[in-house]
Amino acid sequence: MRLSKNILIAGEAGQGLVTVGMLLAKALVRSGYEVFVTQGYESRIRGGHNTFAVRTGLGPIRAGIRDVDLLIALNQESISLHREELTENALVLVDAEHEDQGATRDADQEAKKDRALRVPFAELAPQKVFHNIVALGVAARLLGLPENVITDLVRETFAKKETDVVEKNVNVLQAATAWAAEHSATFQPLPEPPKPAKRMVLNGNQAVALGALAAGTRFCAFYPMTPATGVALTLGAAAKDFGLVVEQAEDEIAAINMAIGASYAGAPALVPTSGGGFALMTEGISLAGMTETPLVLVLGQRPGPATGLPTRTEQGDLNLALYAGHGEFPRAILTPGSIEECFRLTHTAVDMAERSQGPVIVMTDQYLADTIQAIPPFDLEMLAEPSRPARTCDEPHAYKRYAFTEDGVSPRLLPGTGEHLVVLDSDEHTEDGHITEDLAIRKRMVEKRLGKERKLREAALAPTYIGDEQSDLLLICWGSTLGPADEAAEILRKEGCNVGLLHFRQVWPLRPEQFLERLRQARETVCVEGNATGQFAGLLRKDVGFSVSRSILRYDGLPFTAADILRELNIETGRAQESHEAMER
Amino acid sequence: MTTIEDFGEFETAWCPGCGNFSILKALKKALADSGLAPHQVLLVSGIGQAAKTPHYLRCNVFNGLHGRALPAATGAKLANPGLHVFVESGDGCSYGEGGNHFLAALRRNVDITMLVHDNQIYGLTKGQASPTTLHGQATKAQPQGAPSQAFNPVTVAVAMQAGFVARGFAGKPDHLADLIRQAHAFPGFALVDILQPCVSFNKVNTFAWYTERVWDIPEDHDPADWSQAMTLARQFGDRIPIGVIRRDESRPTFESHFPVLQEGPLFGRTPDRAKLTQLMESYM
Repeated sequence: MRLSKNILIAGEAGQGLVTVGMLLAKALVRSGYEVFVTQGYESRIRGGHNTFAVRTGLGPIRAGIRDVDLLIALNQESISLHREELTENALVLVDAEHEDQGATRDADQEAKKDRALRVPFAELAPQKVFHNIVALGVAARLLGLPENVITDLVRETFAKKETDVVEKNVNVLQAATAWAAEHSATFQPLPEPPKPAKRMVLNGNQAVALGALAAGTRFCAFYPMTPATGVALTLGAAAKDFGLVVEQAEDEIAAINMAIGASYAGAPALVPTSGGGFALMTEGISLAGMTETPLVLVLGQRPGPATGLPTRTEQGDLNLALYAGHGEFPRAILTPGSIEECFRLTHTAVDMAERSQGPVIVMTDQYLADTIQAIPPFDLEMLAEPSRPARTCDEPHAYKRYAFTEDGVSPRLLPGTGEHLVVLDSDEHTEDGHITEDLAIRKRMVEKRLGKERKLREAALAPTYIGDEQSDLLLICWGSTLGPADEAAEILRKEGCNVGLLHFRQVWPLRPEQFLERLRQARETVCVEGNATGQFAGLLRKDVGFSVSRSILRYDGLPFTAADILRELNIETGRAQESHEAMER
Repeated sequence: MTTIEDFGEFETAWCPGCGNFSILKALKKALADSGLAPHQVLLVSGIGQAAKTPHYLRCNVFNGLHGRALPAATGAKLANPGLHVFVESGDGCSYGEGGNHFLAALRRNVDITMLVHDNQIYGLTKGQASPTTLHGQATKAQPQGAPSQAFNPVTVAVAMQAGFVARGFAGKPDHLADLIRQAHAFPGFALVDILQPCVSFNKVNTFAWYTERVWDIPEDHDPADWSQAMTLARQFGDRIPIGVIRRDESRPTFESHFPVLQEGPLFGRTPDRAKLTQLMESYM
């Protein structure tokens, strides 16, 4: 029994496939289905080949898949590019009037297999701008979505435009739906959904931004870089309402230094970037460590080195995040595995940064940043109030920003809120913040700063474990690999394998007592990560002294799917891959 | 009423006879004359001998990275517009390493007073050419003479329509103190480029060299007239004009573009759950 359907909208950049995809995803969610959207795009504004894949069904759906059940081919190239991914009963929507020779041949070939549905786009919508709506109407009808849901959505979406624009869109939608009703061919609609609850349709970047807002972030400086820009854009759109300043800096170096300046003066600050930008920021990260200034960085990974594959995904920057910055100072690195965790862990990061008075890095990647899921509204009442600096002290004239304390955390005051003076220095400094070359003080200051790592370690978020108490095979992952690994583990469990999954949502500092026993108990440990050298497995070896049995690695720029993991595990698990296919078809 | 003494007296790590001493004196006088208390003042600096200045007077200090004083100062000012923010740095820090930030600061127009101790040489790293070292001047690192054209920060600032551009001289501390006071009073980004002899490494641009050349800008100069300002700004050679070259309040400050800052500093505000709920609904 097929659990989900995968709808692939494919075409050139600039054809509006994200618009039609988002409308379709929202319509599915409002109708009561689960969605999991993954996006593929090239580093160009128009042209090229872009995809917007909506996996949908009754759920749970935790990852994307590559098999395609409904291909909405906005250009003809999309048919040949994705032919191999089409399932046996797949349907391809093509423009009936396309005259290109090759395209006609492609369409004919699919028609022979009964897989092509030639849609008369020009007839249903004489103006090309409405062709998207035709695709939406036909797809919605094929999937069996209620007509009022999609009509309402189109009305809402175009409400800001003139009335006749709304009406034109609705008319085209209705024409397309009516046409599809006559030509729905062999396509199986989705099963009846449960009564829909109100859910958000959110991507990782937006969830990070919401988490930051919920934690009271008041300042964001950024230099645009894919795939992290969406965090800044979401914050920027909310800036006026939520009372924060968002500034596009002249470069990444300016961005992080601005954020540190803002944090020093009392604004909880966040800096989103990707690998190359993060690399430029490393001196600033060191500055946050030395000056003990709270700072949250969001590192949306993409494949490197250098400019790499700018719009694809990878988990190749773990070592960069672990070691970014010269000298020794504490930091925390959080690695959300889902949209929900993007929200929650960014909120946590703001608090952690304040408590440890230093940098906290939230690592996502293009896959997670652009993944869209339906999630219930976040329960704001359940969120703890993040820690905040004091604004006054009893003896302002005796105040010392870097006073030695037992746990290394000095009372943090803000400049200009009283008679006290707040002196910060990137040079080694005395307790009152002034430059010193006294080597005894240097030693104590190093110990004071590193002492804060103990606090971070104690507060470390335990990895999430899914599975029976004892597992024969333990899959280990961090960050965005959670979804596909979880799905793979569940498929194996259904097959009778005893598989556990250990997901690290914090990769630094690690607290071995939270997981080491579990690693030791498993007969086989397999670390699944999106890089070529097994960086997390290396960290476990170095920091915890545990060597995993083997690693499953992906570094071609595409995200893992459950099928990828099962294929790699095949050697050990025998029928796993077959079983996956059986479940999916 | 604050006095110079409120800003303290500290031991310094500067060479005897350094131009920095009189700049520090002028700065303290300007702060006292402006009626500022130490806790209202934030001095932001980068790295270099000039960048040590904030350590030698009582005030809030952010002594950050080489060349990065302006971004840090910008962040602090945006987080708390109530702070009186001064950037204190040298020519290498501001115009070399921080060149991009200098250009961006001129464009932004944040209400910051930027004081550049311009000694036309790298002092802390012991004598290499800086962006303002004159073309052809031999240094330890450029024995055949500095190969690049000297950067003229004052011309660039005027060209970029900066609101307040002045040139001062460490050899005239009272005159300089008045320039700093005026720069601080200016609503917007204010640059004071300060001619500062480096007694250890710059044997060309000495006290005597500057003293021979500087002349007070005449009273009939209209700093609001951009063309006049441009003409003065370009003078750097046998005669170097000092004083206020450009003054024009017509550009709004950067801060004024952020409505959220009209309610005061960004700290102490709690997240608005009702608005967050509304925002979440917009994603449904």
